[in-house]
Amino acid sequence: MNNKKKNNIFIKISFYGILSIISLIMIVPFLWMINTSFKDSTKIFSFQFIPDPFRWENYLHVLKTTPFHLFYFNSFYIAVLVTIGTIFFGSLAGYAFAKLKFKGSNLLFLCLLSTMMIPVEVITIPLFLFMRDLGLINTHVPLIAIPILGPAGVFGIFVMRQFFLLVPKELEEAAKLDGCSYFRIYWNIMLPLSKPAIATLTIFTFLTSWNEFYEPLIYINSKELMTLPLALALFTDEVGTRWELLMSASVMATVPLLVIFFFAQKQFIEGVTMTGGK
Amino acid sequence: MELKVKAAEGLPVKKIRRKIWGSEAFYGYLFVSPMVIGFLLVMLVPFIYSVYMSLTDWKLLGDPNFIGSENYQRLVNDPDFWEVMKNTLLFSGGLVPLNIVIALLLALLLQRHLPGIGLFRTAIFIPVMTSIVVWSIIWKYMFGTDEGFINQLLDVFGITGPAWLYDPKFAMGAVIVVSALKNVGLNMVLFLAALQQVDKNLYEASYLDGANKLKQFWNVTLPMITPTVFLTLILTVIGSMKVFGQIYVMTGGGPGNHTKVLVYYIWENAFKLFDFGYASAIAIVLFVIILFFTLVQWSVRKRWVFHEQ
Repeated sequence: MNNKKKNNIFIKISFYGILSIISLIMIVPFLWMINTSFKDSTKIFSFQFIPDPFRWENYLHVLKTTPFHLFYFNSFYIAVLVTIGTIFFGSLAGYAFAKLKFKGSNLLFLCLLSTMMIPVEVITIPLFLFMRDLGLINTHVPLIAIPILGPAGVFGIFVMRQFFLLVPKELEEAAKLDGCSYFRIYWNIMLPLSKPAIATLTIFTFLTSWNEFYEPLIYINSKELMTLPLALALFTDEVGTRWELLMSASVMATVPLLVIFFFAQKQFIEGVTMTGGK
Repeated sequence: MELKVKAAEGLPVKKIRRKIWGSEAFYGYLFVSPMVIGFLLVMLVPFIYSVYMSLTDWKLLGDPNFIGSENYQRLVNDPDFWEVMKNTLLFSGGLVPLNIVIALLLALLLQRHLPGIGLFRTAIFIPVMTSIVVWSIIWKYMFGTDEGFINQLLDVFGITGPAWLYDPKFAMGAVIVVSALKNVGLNMVLFLAALQQVDKNLYEASYLDGANKLKQFWNVTLPMITPTVFLTLILTVIGSMKVFGQIYVMTGGGPGNHTKVLVYYIWENAFKLFDFGYASAIAIVLFVIILFFTLVQWSVRKRWVFHEQ
């Protein structure tokens, strides 16, 4: 008995030990980032727990020399529009696929779903040329329209359809008897019911758009139109080894959102488990 | 409205049209039409177009000429392409096992309900929610030759660390580790969900049969979660074939061509050299590779339906 107890303690210690090490590996880069962001450029090579001198000015320097507020705004409003569009069109189509009977609906759904395996990287070249012909290069239109109508939208249909399939039939039938149109059923009954699915989809779509890098890199040239990831990546080339500035910019780009998503984690994880992480 | 539709049954053409208008099928088509049109414009047409483009000599300026399979012949004889393929497979071969093994280990540890578990889960999940650009920038700095955390740490032990990202021996390894850490939380979550599905009675039964923990894992847990492990494996392989952001930020494909991967090569040919035809041919190769893994996943998934139920 005593032996077993000892064994248990040993297991617990090694259990927490392994987890602590892996968690540290994940967290240390962020602490290092925050630490460096306050360092003086001459102290980059020395290890200081609390930087001395403690330079808030690094942040001001970044804000003064780059249109950082624009990067923020661009990333934010693009992500908001992509999310709203995805949820609206995705849930509308998802509702139709789950609840309405029409010829070829299953085939159509499968067609849409199968496009999820076409990598965006494969169709980006023709899309770039289309956008060029339409004069939409170096605008935000491709960054908003392509995800909604393409990959993010299809993902949205999938998530919403799976959810609507679980909604009992009786609800709509009652509404139909009351003379509700299909759009009213969708808008007044189905959408309010699907709040959990919408929450999950919101977090997932917003985050994907917010972090998107490949498409902005291809479509955007002007500084004032850049999103945060693109601006940061190019900022890396610009400031070279001014790590303290790069880290201040990175802190500003990540920390506020990480705090928000810390609370939205559950929804995001649900999105992952529901769909196999895309 | 419903009554009107009923009344229209079996009446002349004009009324039949009215029957379609406002019927369930009508709304079905109406509701899916934005996405179907979008799918045609944004996915299907561009995809067919990129197959066509891969058969032309399309450059930034001038008109495209149809040149048949010339781009593909050029691919076969392009030593850079083969190096890029090799690098992509190397990246995948390093990343996938590392990611899956750590994710599985973490899921096994985190499935218990012990105090502090939530904190660990969050820590491991934070990189998943961070943008790949930021994560790569931080790690580029971590791997810095003089200024980097890792070499400064090694220095404490009197070891002089290498120039990680500029050394052909280490650059790819560094990128692999960074990528594995970024997304290990994603796979962990999938494994956690699968572990929760395993019937607890099976553990009890095997315990009564005298199986120890290791045997239990090998004979009960692993077979029960095999479908998820396999699905995750394929998804991770597909993801690894599409790696781009961390390469762009951390190494730019260097040193030399040592970390240049498939998507980076597509991007370089299309948007730096503006050789759209050739870039499309490489893109089609990427598509075929991903199609292959997707088909494998589908066929095996069907065979495992029994397990899943």
